Amino acid sequence: MKKLRYAGVLTAVALALTGCGGEKIGSQQPAADGGNGKECGTFNLAVNPWVGYEANAAVVAYVATKDLGCEVVKKNLKEEISWQGFGTGEVDAVLENWGHEDLKKKYIEEQKVAVAAGSTGVKGVIGWYVPPWMAQQYPDITDWRNLNKYAALFKTSESGGKGQLLDGDPSYVTNDEALVKNLKLNYEVVQSGSETALIQAFRIAEKDKKPLLAYFYEPQWFFNELKLVKVNLPKYTAGCDADPAKVACDYPPYDLDKVVSKKFADSGSPAYDLVKNFQWTNEDQNAVARSIAVDKLTPDVAAEKWVKENRAKVDGWLGK
Amino acid sequence: MAAITSDVEVEVRRPRRGVVVGILLVAWVAVYFVLRGIDTLTLGSQETTTLHRWLTDHRDDLGQGNVVFDAIRMTVDQFVVLLQNLLAQPAYGRPVPVIGWLGVVAVAAYLAWAFGNWKVALLTAAGLGFVGLQGLWRESMDTLALTIAAVLLSLLVAIPLGIWAGLSNRAFRVATLVLDLMQTLPTFVYLAPLTLFFAIGPAAATIATLVYAAPPAVRLTAHAIRSVPAESVEAARSLGSTRSQTLTKVLLPMSRSTVVVGINQTIMAALSMVTVAALINAPGLGDTVLKALETLDVGVAFNGGLAIVVLAIVLDRVTTAAGDRPWRTASRRRRILLAAGAAGVLVAVWFSRTYVWAAEFPTSVNIGSRIAVTTSNLTNWVQDVFGGFTYGVRDAVTKGVLNPLEALLTGSPWWLVATVVVALAAVLGRWRGALPAAVCSLLLVATGVWHDSMVTLASTLLATVVVVAVGLVLGVWAGRNRRVDTWIRPVLDAGQTMPPFVYLVPFLALFGTSRFTAIAAAIVFAVPVTTKIVADGIKAVPVATVEAANSVGSSNWQVISKVQLPVARRAITLAVNQGLIYVLSMVVVGGLVGAQALGYDVYAGFTQSELYGKGLAAGLAIVLLGVLLDRVTQAAARRTQRFPRRGDKL
Repeated sequence: MKKLRYAGVLTAVALALTGCGGEKIGSQQPAADGGNGKECGTFNLAVNPWVGYEANAAVVAYVATKDLGCEVVKKNLKEEISWQGFGTGEVDAVLENWGHEDLKKKYIEEQKVAVAAGSTGVKGVIGWYVPPWMAQQYPDITDWRNLNKYAALFKTSESGGKGQLLDGDPSYVTNDEALVKNLKLNYEVVQSGSETALIQAFRIAEKDKKPLLAYFYEPQWFFNELKLVKVNLPKYTAGCDADPAKVACDYPPYDLDKVVSKKFADSGSPAYDLVKNFQWTNEDQNAVARSIAVDKLTPDVAAEKWVKENRAKVDGWLGK
Repeated sequence: MAAITSDVEVEVRRPRRGVVVGILLVAWVAVYFVLRGIDTLTLGSQETTTLHRWLTDHRDDLGQGNVVFDAIRMTVDQFVVLLQNLLAQPAYGRPVPVIGWLGVVAVAAYLAWAFGNWKVALLTAAGLGFVGLQGLWRESMDTLALTIAAVLLSLLVAIPLGIWAGLSNRAFRVATLVLDLMQTLPTFVYLAPLTLFFAIGPAAATIATLVYAAPPAVRLTAHAIRSVPAESVEAARSLGSTRSQTLTKVLLPMSRSTVVVGINQTIMAALSMVTVAALINAPGLGDTVLKALETLDVGVAFNGGLAIVVLAIVLDRVTTAAGDRPWRTASRRRRILLAAGAAGVLVAVWFSRTYVWAAEFPTSVNIGSRIAVTTSNLTNWVQDVFGGFTYGVRDAVTKGVLNPLEALLTGSPWWLVATVVVALAAVLGRWRGALPAAVCSLLLVATGVWHDSMVTLASTLLATVVVVAVGLVLGVWAGRNRRVDTWIRPVLDAGQTMPPFVYLVPFLALFGTSRFTAIAAAIVFAVPVTTKIVADGIKAVPVATVEAANSVGSSNWQVISKVQLPVARRAITLAVNQGLIYVLSMVVVGGLVGAQALGYDVYAGFTQSELYGKGLAAGLAIVLLGVLLDRVTQAAARRTQRFPRRGDKL
């Protein structure tokens, strides 16, 4: 036991000796940030769980912090909960909204706690995709009229003897069950339930040359890894998807937009103007998303890189 | 008298019961071929019923801005923020938390030593050092703060409730129902409303965790108290103990080891909620895992998951050691050592408040990225090597077992399935089985998701059978052999606390998007709890009993089947119940990898506001399935269990 005690004392002494040479806390800390931050204050930014959104959030947060001196609080939330946060004052802005007409109706029209803040400039595409090898081997598969011809290829243990059409995360709009029925396709919609499952399915399909037909969307970081090929459904015309049960046309092109809380819009915060003016392209978003997803940069570093290369665009958002 | 007559009945009926069940099943299959496709109550994945729409419309009716909720929120928020300031986040105008890493390691190791022993103290220091080296110190501390808060609050509620349920039969019955509800109602059903009541923040995350984590502690406490031999209680009573004396001097001390299993299970359950809580902005490791999974980065996700597992193992071993430590006053020597240790800890804390190197975990050595790369390579290798074979297994099981079972359940008219279920329950458990079966079946129809319920039921049955079989084998093995127990336990802990998606991504590669994948996930998650409870039950069988059996020359198999399993049958019943419930609590995760049906409905309700009502109904359907299966098996078990005892007497 004595030994133990000695050991303890020795360690303490050793710690004291080595430790006292170290840097003290607060010594290299600069003085407080100064009055710069007060003007903007706290900016509560919802971050929905997909990489494209994260790219938007990273750049807006970076600019708001560096150029406007805001204290940006990023909150990792699912879409529905972010919108709920508009009402309770915990969320100021949502930066990439995919349609969500139901939420718009509830929070913008009925509860009047949120307001639209314009387009992000990014165009969203939803549709049915096949892995590249299939498009190469069966060039006519990209026309929906030929899908029945290939139905047997897509049979799996889950699809009950028909071809399988794999659907994804239920957060996104889907008319696939109605489409299969109304286009008289010999397919069964199988719900994979998550984006993870879809991406993994595509990876395996391409690697092992397995047939796969699945619901997917652009922009998506995964296209950097694999250029999926879209199957053309009957062309979308305005109103052709009015009755969800009778839909027989492709998904409409989505204009991804921004939504902010009413309180934030009325606050006069410079962060609001930034959110309102924030607009870029699919390529811009993809560049940042690629940095995050493929090059494994942190969102902040990815944003810094992009902002440095695109200063003119950023100055445009800031009204400079 | 009653005993004598039932004896006779039982003896006559015993062979018949199996025959009746067989006839029922054969008749069902026969009728199925005639009536299949009629009244199957199918509902498309985007379709809803009036009930669902009504529920959707009334989602927000409950308690926003309620005084009680606000008070709870403030208290819990403050508590969690206090812990975070202490351990994790820069606080009180300083760029670092109140206690830096060196202080945390010292305090934790000291506490582990003081309440447990020096072995767990060493483990604690090593474990915390490891998560630091993984480059996840702050994340781990955030998770630890949230977990400590949730577990302490859980125990505050759970232990008294457990004691009450242990003492009163009526409380036990009510508690069982409520606990079933808490454990099987998917978190996704109440996660969004919860953030409405308790706002987005630590309180909502803590309470979501608490709802899921408290039940095991209540159950095992009640189970422990009820398992104290009646003789001991009677002895205490006859010596003139009052009720409270009996409780504190006899019941609680005798049930301590099982109560500790309950506390451990609560810790495990709390840590298994880490990723779900991250969906409502809970800080910590859950967020690391979710972010990595957005890009399917299994390596980084595994690194985060591993930190959760390490925390779980440390917490588990320390509480177990504390539970095993005999209560006695410390010797003089120990007291001196404790005081010296305390002084050392204070020095370490002081260091961690003064110097940067002791406050922020050094980043010079980082094994996290190496772990991530190795894991990625390993999973790729496994996928490449076993890829083709695993698809074959999946197809065989799906076509051979799952599809026929599902076809029978989903293809029969609902009233036929309900009749068969009630009849089976009546044969197996008489009215005790039949009544809940009837009520649950009718309520299932009322939820409007009957068809999806039957799909989920088929997968659940298959998964539960496997879980119970594997859990029994592993549990008996670990219960009889200490070394096995020590080696198997970290694996079990990993199965319970590793966020499912970390191993589901490789599973998806091996088995594709399918119900089979979902079943595999449920098995990985539910086997540990079953195994642990069985092992605990086997260990609790008095050594004298086993030795007596050995001395009369019984074979190992005889000792297990005639002595250990029958004596531990209460624990086994509980293990089956928990196995089933854990399988059901994975239904939603299953929905995310292709199980479809109820799991998908619940998740869709969480993510699409129009489908909220349907998600809630599907969540309730999962609870109903749980109650139905649990009550029928319990009733059946109650009747079967009479045989060995009476048989012995004869």
